[in-house]
Amino acid sequence: MTDLLNRPRERLNRRGSLEPREPGTPRRSRALSLVLACLVLMTLDLVGGESSPVDAGRRVVGEAYAPVAAGVDAVLDPLLGISRWLHTQDSLTEDVARLEAENDRLRGDLGTVDYDRNRLQEYDGLTAAAEQIGYALVPARVIGIGASQTFSRTVTIDAGTRAGLRPDLTVVSAAGLVGRVIRVTSTTATVLLVIDADSTVGGRVGSSMKIGFLHGRGDLGDFGREGRLDLELVDQTSVPARGDAVVTWGSEDGAPYVAGVPVGTVRSVYSSVRDSTQRAVIAPYVDFGALDLVGVVVPSGTDSDRAVVEPDGALR
Amino acid sequence: MTPSLTSTRAAAAATVLCLAVVLQVSVLPHLAYRGVAADAVLLVVVAAGLRHGSEPAMVLGFAGGLLLDLVPPADHVAGRWALALLAAGYVSGRVSGRFTDRVPHRDGRPRRTVVLATVAACSFVATSLFALTGLALRDPLVGVPTLLETVLVALVSDLVLGALLVPLVIALDERLEPDRVLA
Repeated sequence: MTDLLNRPRERLNRRGSLEPREPGTPRRSRALSLVLACLVLMTLDLVGGESSPVDAGRRVVGEAYAPVAAGVDAVLDPLLGISRWLHTQDSLTEDVARLEAENDRLRGDLGTVDYDRNRLQEYDGLTAAAEQIGYALVPARVIGIGASQTFSRTVTIDAGTRAGLRPDLTVVSAAGLVGRVIRVTSTTATVLLVIDADSTVGGRVGSSMKIGFLHGRGDLGDFGREGRLDLELVDQTSVPARGDAVVTWGSEDGAPYVAGVPVGTVRSVYSSVRDSTQRAVIAPYVDFGALDLVGVVVPSGTDSDRAVVEPDGALR
Repeated sequence: MTPSLTSTRAAAAATVLCLAVVLQVSVLPHLAYRGVAADAVLLVVVAAGLRHGSEPAMVLGFAGGLLLDLVPPADHVAGRWALALLAAGYVSGRVSGRFTDRVPHRDGRPRRTVVLATVAACSFVATSLFALTGLALRDPLVGVPTLLETVLVALVSDLVLGALLVPLVIALDERLEPDRVLA
């Protein structure tokens, strides 16, 4: 009887008689233990949440599986590539057209990225300049530069009388003084740069408050030549120091130049023995070879066809 | 171990199971329809059930399900596939047990119709159970219509792959130990 009970395929039924186990039926204990194992696993994982004890197992299996997955992927890749060869001529042509259009668009975008970034920076600089010098500015772009063979250093900007401009207004950029408006049309204005040989600006050495006159030399500052201005001080005995900052002196009613706009720094000082005067060479802050965005100083509250940068940096 | 699982057989079963996991995780998703890939592991479990009855199939189902629960892309509560494939192993074993006496096997193999019917039943049971545990545990919160659709698509894809894979696994098993038919 005992060895009968120990036979794995048969068991005693409820009536106490021996009956063979149905083929394919699992032992109840093992089935139950497997189901319980599943439930325990689920509970552990669910209760554990973020720091689940099952995560250790996940990590081990993941580590072991990673090279297998990589290998299978490497093998499968060329096979999957086959489907890429199966296209109709039409769909390929369409793809090429679409991609070419997209390419052109992206190339265009790429070409203007630097330009856009620089323009944004200039606008920011102009706003800062308006705050710094304390005047309202009409923003304008340089749209034309006078040819060098005319020997006058002028530029055309895209703001005119409609923007509130008139002759004898100061033009500045984010870096410093640019020049003054000499002529206006309804939509454009001509600006005489301070480096023009005809230009004379009242200047003041910031450290000593001595005043003098800044004369242009006609050099635009391109082709390797640096743009430069000559400063002749009224007080002949005063010698400006190298590196001193020079600002505008200013005229009555702010025309043609308003006061306090930075012009440049003293680069070198020459003494003339003959007439015993001091001549200082000023390096302007503004790079006249790369002028783009400028601001025209206008009285606050000027009517304009565009936004005016107010002294507090706000746009109106 | 059960008498039907000798150590060679256990090693072979483990190898086939691992291959099935690789197949299911890395290869079959490329052939997926509506994102539902066939369950290679389930098919191996079904083959084991048809050949050796419920108990080995349940052990195999548990092991294979556990692997599927832990292998990297899986992010569900661990144990869900284990439970689902456990049930599949039980069902396939029972089906084979019921049909052995009445449906004669050709060369000791179950008939194709029996194989396909078992695959369909097991696929339905396993995928539904997996979906139901998901609903109960609120694991991925999806609606019932989505679940039903997934279960059906899985059933069809399992049938397609099963018609190929289950006879292959059974033939492999016979070659390993030709004298044994059903436990």
